[in-house]
Amino acid sequence: MRDTLRFVLNGEAVSLSDVDPRTTLLDWLRERRRLTGTKEGCNEGDCGACTVGVTRLEDGVPRRRAVNACIQLLPMLDGASVTTVEAIAGPERLHPAQQAMVDLHGSQCGFCTPGFVMSLWSAYPDGPQPRRAVEDAIAGNLCRCTGYGPILESGEKMHALPAPDWETDPLPALEAVASAESLALTAAGCTAYVPATEDELATLVAAHPEAVIVAGATDVGLWITKRLMEPAALIFVNRVKGFDRVVETPTHVELGAGATYARAAAALASLSPDLGEMVRRLGSVQVRNSGCVGANIANGSPIGDGPPPLIALGAELVLRKGDAARTIPLEDFFLDYGKQDRAPGEYVSAVRIPRPKSPDSLKVYKISKRFDQDITATLGAFLIEIADGAVASASIVYGGMAGIPKRARAVEAALLGRPWTLETVEAALPAYAEDFQPMSDMRASAEYRLRAAQNLLLKTFHETSGAPSKTRLVGAEALA
Amino acid sequence: MNAPSRPLSQKTEIEGGVRAPQRHDSGHKHVSGTATYVDDIPTPADCLSVAFGLSPKARARILSIDLGPVRAAPGVVDVLTAADIPGANDVSPNAVHEPLLAEDGEVFFVGQPIFAVVATSHLAARKAARLAQIEWEELPAILTVEEAVAADSLFEAPYVMQRGDALAAIAAAPKVIEGSIGIGGQEHFYLESQAALAVPGEDADVTVHCSSQHPTEIQHKVAENLAVPFNAVTVEVRRMGGGFGGKESQGNALAAICAVAAKRLNRPVKMRYDRDDDMQITGKRHGFRIDYRVGIDEDGRILGVQFEQMAHCGWSLDLSMPVADRAMFHADNAYYLPHAYIRSYRCRTNTCSNTAFRGFGGPQGMVGIERVLDQIAFELGREPAEIRALNYYDRPGGERVMTPYHMEVEDNVIHALSEQLLASSDYADRRAKIKDFNAQSPVLKKGIAFTPVKFGISFTLTWMNQASALVHVYTDGSVHLNHGGTEMGQGLFVKVAQVAAEVFQIDFDRVKITATNTGKSANTAPTAASSGSDINGMAVKNACEQIKDRLTAFAAERFQTTPDQVRFLPGRVQVGEAQIAFEELVSQAFMARVSLSAAGHYATPKIHWDRAAARGRPFYYFAYGAAVTEATIDTLTGEYRFDRADILHDVGRSLNPAIDLGQIEGGYIQGLGWLTMEELFWDDAGRLRTHAPSTYKIPTASDRPEMSIALFDNENREETIFRSKAVGEPPLMLGISALMALSDAVAACGDGTVYPDLDAPATPERVLRAVDRVRGRAWETTRESGR
Repeated sequence: MRDTLRFVLNGEAVSLSDVDPRTTLLDWLRERRRLTGTKEGCNEGDCGACTVGVTRLEDGVPRRRAVNACIQLLPMLDGASVTTVEAIAGPERLHPAQQAMVDLHGSQCGFCTPGFVMSLWSAYPDGPQPRRAVEDAIAGNLCRCTGYGPILESGEKMHALPAPDWETDPLPALEAVASAESLALTAAGCTAYVPATEDELATLVAAHPEAVIVAGATDVGLWITKRLMEPAALIFVNRVKGFDRVVETPTHVELGAGATYARAAAALASLSPDLGEMVRRLGSVQVRNSGCVGANIANGSPIGDGPPPLIALGAELVLRKGDAARTIPLEDFFLDYGKQDRAPGEYVSAVRIPRPKSPDSLKVYKISKRFDQDITATLGAFLIEIADGAVASASIVYGGMAGIPKRARAVEAALLGRPWTLETVEAALPAYAEDFQPMSDMRASAEYRLRAAQNLLLKTFHETSGAPSKTRLVGAEALA
Repeated sequence: MNAPSRPLSQKTEIEGGVRAPQRHDSGHKHVSGTATYVDDIPTPADCLSVAFGLSPKARARILSIDLGPVRAAPGVVDVLTAADIPGANDVSPNAVHEPLLAEDGEVFFVGQPIFAVVATSHLAARKAARLAQIEWEELPAILTVEEAVAADSLFEAPYVMQRGDALAAIAAAPKVIEGSIGIGGQEHFYLESQAALAVPGEDADVTVHCSSQHPTEIQHKVAENLAVPFNAVTVEVRRMGGGFGGKESQGNALAAICAVAAKRLNRPVKMRYDRDDDMQITGKRHGFRIDYRVGIDEDGRILGVQFEQMAHCGWSLDLSMPVADRAMFHADNAYYLPHAYIRSYRCRTNTCSNTAFRGFGGPQGMVGIERVLDQIAFELGREPAEIRALNYYDRPGGERVMTPYHMEVEDNVIHALSEQLLASSDYADRRAKIKDFNAQSPVLKKGIAFTPVKFGISFTLTWMNQASALVHVYTDGSVHLNHGGTEMGQGLFVKVAQVAAEVFQIDFDRVKITATNTGKSANTAPTAASSGSDINGMAVKNACEQIKDRLTAFAAERFQTTPDQVRFLPGRVQVGEAQIAFEELVSQAFMARVSLSAAGHYATPKIHWDRAAARGRPFYYFAYGAAVTEATIDTLTGEYRFDRADILHDVGRSLNPAIDLGQIEGGYIQGLGWLTMEELFWDDAGRLRTHAPSTYKIPTASDRPEMSIALFDNENREETIFRSKAVGEPPLMLGISALMALSDAVAACGDGTVYPDLDAPATPERVLRAVDRVRGRAWETTRESGR
């Protein structure tokens, strides 16, 4: 067991053994290393001003990803390579992502600029992309000055500039800090455990049931930066071997609970294009690069976007405690607001999602004030099978409508066995009031949530009844 | 004297003079992470951090307060309350007292600073600030403008501007339309939150680095809180990470508390607001409710109009008076109102104190009249762009040119500008195509709208329209430039440096742009009201010309000719038949003991304003623009997307077209965000629930429509800096076309009998509600977020 955290910062190996494990990468960069190019805009992962590049081996290959430094806790970086805006230019010239931003007037006040630059730097190896992909690449970065036009243009035109010829292979540096050993770092009254295998993870969780299990910290990070909590024990899953697996089979997709949304995106999209579109809009690049599908479930949020479509698809959850594992339907995991079927010492180990008969049969609609990086007001997932013109099966699940992700059982009952017609759909609408008594908050009123939820069933009908007119504003199916 | 031979420039044009699309002077530093903001300034190891302890109550009396746990928290060095402030305990930008820290055991809004913790780190201070034990007696709070008007909770008696007899004109009109629109406020969301750093000096001195649009006011407030003369305080601002008006007065508290703590502890002290604190403490754009009655003739021409504007000012006066005034000044926008009655209520509520925000009330007033025009067109079933044109002020020389505040519109270009934009945007053709689309699309509906902008340029407080500058030419010919304006990303520094380069006819890179500093350029106005380049550009020009005049006189004498034979050419000076390099002339002038430094000043001419009579010429000139926006809405969810925006905008003769285009695009998107997705939501306890970007949504990249932006070919008829026009605020109001495009799309869902009546921000919820209303399925409940 190691007691020293090791990672690469701008090409140089760093070893830390006396740092509070609750320290965010952002605070450490700015306050300890005086790397002030990385900015604090919101301290909650929503503005992207603190974006840095993190390179890890993924399936044996170094892969650059943008993350929000403000909600990366230092132990999450064990074995990784961190690149900040100060370190991407060459000896003679700027990186193309930087030069394009200068040439095209991509900065005004400049405070968000390092974050945009690092998002573009992280996307640079993907090569030229269409405008929509550039929009996605910077959806996690807010700019209040420019209106984004020059930044989008920079994301396109940076590829026309001479490629950087000064960058070195990150592999040797990564190998220099790599370790198969687990880490336990204790400082400032807090212990961070970074296990290397799932058996060790299981033992640690069982031994420290009070410890906070941390995956991407897109939620736990805010407990620390906003609620100013001081957990005494943290168990990080990011280095658990195989925990980030994404396995595609002809019948299923299986995700280790530590698989990020970014790593799982293609597999999830293979289940259903609508699910792929939902993942595209879930959080931002930075959030999807950190946040994990299994953790999104484990945290039990009633407005997590992952659970409703996965429940509709009939996903199962694998929970583990010590050496014992059990498998339950995902739907049964959510007991009540803030309460899940997870015993002390137990953790979410994997998610298994069956493929639908037809990828197009799953409809997913995420409604929020803003299309990108916004928390859902209501999200509806519909898996409705029609046989001989009648509803043969229906699984309808909503987020944001109750204290848990919840199936619309009364609505399903009102549809089952009936002809798939507008009359049937309209007759089923009153059943929503049986299923849901949503709340009013800053995202939406109860009445809007209910009305919009009902309308999503109408939309599903419209989209499955062969009507030619368009119904989508964004995504691949959008009105051109 | 021997003339050492320096190579003479043969250029025909300097690099980076006025009109050049010069890049932002800090662009390279922005992208490299080397541009320094307040929290990036290296500080000594003993620098301390401050955090405020905030009121969790909207209106309450403190029965008892125990700060013991705060003092005992790890890292805490000191805790200050109002009694510990040596001076005025005041952060008000006007003559009415506004406490820095709560006084007399009373609090007036959720987020009001009650005490300040000084600790060894930002995080330690934040943690300690939450540990106070306070017993409260809760008092009734006023949270909306409706409650404020009902309770007569106003900062002053309703203020009226009027021309003619509007009530009689409405009564006599063939048709009368009335209605009301709620307009939400707006969080600035500058990416860099408020920040200050105070470094104690000898005697009573203190130096403050801060993120402020108004260094002079920071200087005054710091001095007043320390009870020292202004000359003990030096304030420096290199740049802000965005301002938008939110850093005109809202940084006073941070600078003052840092300075007080720094002098008290004799250590550097800094403070930055955590984002959530920033959004709860600082003021925002004023929410408004505007009720209106308008009398029109059969063609849709306005005969008389009455506006009742209710401005949500918040708990303290701050800048609300001039903000509310400017809303009244823009109740006409580009339209002639033969009889107008505009009454303004400045509502005192128990929320944060709303403040300056790009447009400064003008946008809200303008939304009011644009709403009226939209509704007139709807009621008459007429093309809205035609109804708008019908009501425009006349071209110069016409009869319909008098504003409700009795100033003649002398520089009107809105007719030609509108015609050009309507043609270039294919407005009529697209209108027809949208009609066809809507006929065949049951779920998605499209709308399109054209809206004009006429925005008055000058501070409406006349005395503020002045600027000062300091220019040194060094003996190598390089120039040190300083002025009272601040850089918040708008490109002021680059524009003003272009002015200096132009006057001296030297390349842009010979001009060193320096941080705004009260010790160099004193007694300055805030960088606000779009005035930055107008007034500071002129002050710098004045300083440069003083030096240039001295150089001219010197050159004429030296070469035994007359001053009219001296011409500044690119990089060189023509003196009679001879040419001399600029730096050579400068060097020789120095040896001849000619001063190469000058302080410049500028005062905007022509303007005057009699507030009691509500008459005068508050504006030097107007800036114009127009936008066409097309939107598509989802009638099942209320979601929407903006498909395309076409903009034509008047910046006079642009000082820097690249910078100006950036201001126009950014302003439009910010205006679009304000009126659509950006929703401030206060709960019944007066707590702002949208206090972070997770819940308060400004536009992202994908919200930007396809845009086409052009500069209108025009020249400022007034003698402004190289005949340019101000550009900071006016483009924000181009975003009104986005709201009206949504209104148009919603109207297309009904049979033309029910007006959409869309409030702002037009969130998906409000759009769906409006869709259902025009379809005769009005919702049972209403939800009003705090305004």
